[in-house]
Amino acid sequence: MNAATSPLAPGASRVSGTPMVEMRDICISFGGIRAVDDVSVDLYPGEVVGLLGHNGAGKSTLIKILAGAYRPDAGEIRIKGEKADIANPRDAKRYGIETIYQTLALADNVDAAANLFLGRELMTPWGTLDDVAMEAATREVMGRLNPNFRKFKEPVRGLSGGQRQSVAIARAIHFNAKILIMDEPTAALGPQETAQVAELIKQLKAEGIAIFLISHDIHDVFDLADRVSVMKNGKLVGTARTSDVTKDEVLGMIILGKSPPGALAGPGAATD
Amino acid sequence: MTDTTTTSTPIPAAPPPGSPASRPGSAPASAPTSFIGALEIDVRFLGMLGALAVIWVVFDILAGGTFLTARNLWNLSVQSSSIAVMSTGMVLVIVMRHIDLSVGSILGVTGMIMAVFQVGTLLPTFGFNHPAVIVLTLAAGICAGAAIGALHGFVIAYLGVPAFIVTLGGLLVWRGAAWAVAEGKTIPLVDDNFKLLGGGANGSVGEMWSWVIAVIACLAIAAAAVQARRQRQRFHFPQKPVWAEFVIVITGCLAVIAATLVVNAYTLPPVLARRYAEAAGLTVPPEGISISFGFAIPVLVALAVGIVMTFVTNRTRFGRYVFAIGGNPEAADLAGINTKRVTLAVFALMGALAAIGAAISTARLNSATNAQGTLDELYVIAAAVIGGTSLAGGSGTIAGAMLGALVMQSLQSGMVLMRVDTPYQNIVVGIVLVFAVWIDTVYRKRIK
Repeated sequence: MNAATSPLAPGASRVSGTPMVEMRDICISFGGIRAVDDVSVDLYPGEVVGLLGHNGAGKSTLIKILAGAYRPDAGEIRIKGEKADIANPRDAKRYGIETIYQTLALADNVDAAANLFLGRELMTPWGTLDDVAMEAATREVMGRLNPNFRKFKEPVRGLSGGQRQSVAIARAIHFNAKILIMDEPTAALGPQETAQVAELIKQLKAEGIAIFLISHDIHDVFDLADRVSVMKNGKLVGTARTSDVTKDEVLGMIILGKSPPGALAGPGAATD
Repeated sequence: MTDTTTTSTPIPAAPPPGSPASRPGSAPASAPTSFIGALEIDVRFLGMLGALAVIWVVFDILAGGTFLTARNLWNLSVQSSSIAVMSTGMVLVIVMRHIDLSVGSILGVTGMIMAVFQVGTLLPTFGFNHPAVIVLTLAAGICAGAAIGALHGFVIAYLGVPAFIVTLGGLLVWRGAAWAVAEGKTIPLVDDNFKLLGGGANGSVGEMWSWVIAVIACLAIAAAAVQARRQRQRFHFPQKPVWAEFVIVITGCLAVIAATLVVNAYTLPPVLARRYAEAAGLTVPPEGISISFGFAIPVLVALAVGIVMTFVTNRTRFGRYVFAIGGNPEAADLAGINTKRVTLAVFALMGALAAIGAAISTARLNSATNAQGTLDELYVIAAAVIGGTSLAGGSGTIAGAMLGALVMQSLQSGMVLMRVDTPYQNIVVGIVLVFAVWIDTVYRKRIK
């Protein structure tokens, strides 16, 4: 899996084979503003790619296209080398793409199990909700993520930020995701919980899951990511292996849009 | 009608009333958190029951002991039925952060459609009192109501027009349509089977069947408790203490029995009873005969609707989606729920329930008029809101809304007994509505 190959094409890395995800020349506009402009990124099995950029750089929008929340105006998505048609979140989930949104996207008025299985409820043979089975599964997955969690019967409104985050993460990993999108997964967390999430990411990566890790903060992702792709003003500044660049160089990509020598420049790289 | 609450409480998975009492002493693993969750529902519901009890007692005192009579309570239950049926649908509409201002007009037009269809088409085809008449009348009304609701839902969900505007338009359109169906004429209903839906002496099930229903209800309450317990045992989840279960089941059964005793205590006047008995071929003893009304059929219809709607809300995917959408529409979308289709279905369901309400109220009046159901939308919304449905969306219960309908009707009928003029009744009802919602707002803030 980790056979060394030289970076020949944009996005190529030491991980060889067919990429799990390829997003090619993706464009999307909202009311005349190009939120994502000709961006190409890819992701290999067992790899963590950090997607970096300022707030408003277009990271979340790009990722929402992969998650099926938006349809791109142009460009194509390939999953395992095959062209994928992702029209809605349901399609994305069918391809094994699970997403932890920055907003967590939890229905506050229902409990953890209802959120975990939202849209994919377990049913009894009589076609009714199997709440007990869902609660059992929730207890199991939450037991792994957050062993102290007890509020299974409470609407998630009553949970702390970290608990809500773990419900959102539980939802993403419970359904055997192959591709995991984590949009600012540690934004609501304290240092200890952040470390837990980092540990979880390493564990999931070891299981061969491909992970997009989105953040506006380089420190969150630099140590975890195999590669980083940097966006600025909707354009791709460049993609680099974290072993080939320094944090300062990546900061330069984020702030100035300058692609360093160790990175492959994208269309959004500053030209001088 | 007190049993509205008791027959439908066993359905929710959360522990019904009685659990507050079970707090001290019972401390199985992880119980405290689930208790808080359970208490939230129960405290509100118990509070409403308490408010209803206060209203009843106060009216009984003010109206010189005429309120808490079997006859008045029986009438109250019948008068609440139509609004109670519609309020169950309004809960789902409001939970989804919408509103439906057109239910009164839908009631008017579907009542008219049923009457015209029955008198103009069904009777000539099948003949007088043929069983097909009631079935087809109801089917036509419910289909028409569902179609009207679905049309509203389509415009709201797929064309993006706010529900307030669509149903405000619907209020005018369908009221006008009710007039147009029969050019303003009042259509008398003639099918005797259909008239049973309105209650009255014939539209009640009598003493024996009332007890049969009561026994079935008690068994259902017990079975629901056992079933819930067994389910949780299957996965070794923490259980409620056994004595708490007993308290709940016994309280529920006592409420059912009390309601049955009340409706059976309301008897036909002696003259009518004699005539009825003679018509039924019974021998009348010299000291006269006592014939009980028992549960009125519209009340049983309302209870059945309440149970079905509680089931739909708590045990089906559809109900889960309605609540999830109300809690966070964007999250529901991202979870892959077809929110537009659910919206359309909720409004279609509301329309169908308005048609059932129309069947009850036209049968009660023995005729359909084009003014029928005027202002009902406001009573239905008020019932849902008094019953604890939050206008912010995402929370509400069917049982609560039905209890709200009973509260509204109690206020009205209490004031009638006190001979308060209609304008003053409206003033009181309006103030109570605002007051109830204020109390609820304060309560919600404190819970947070």
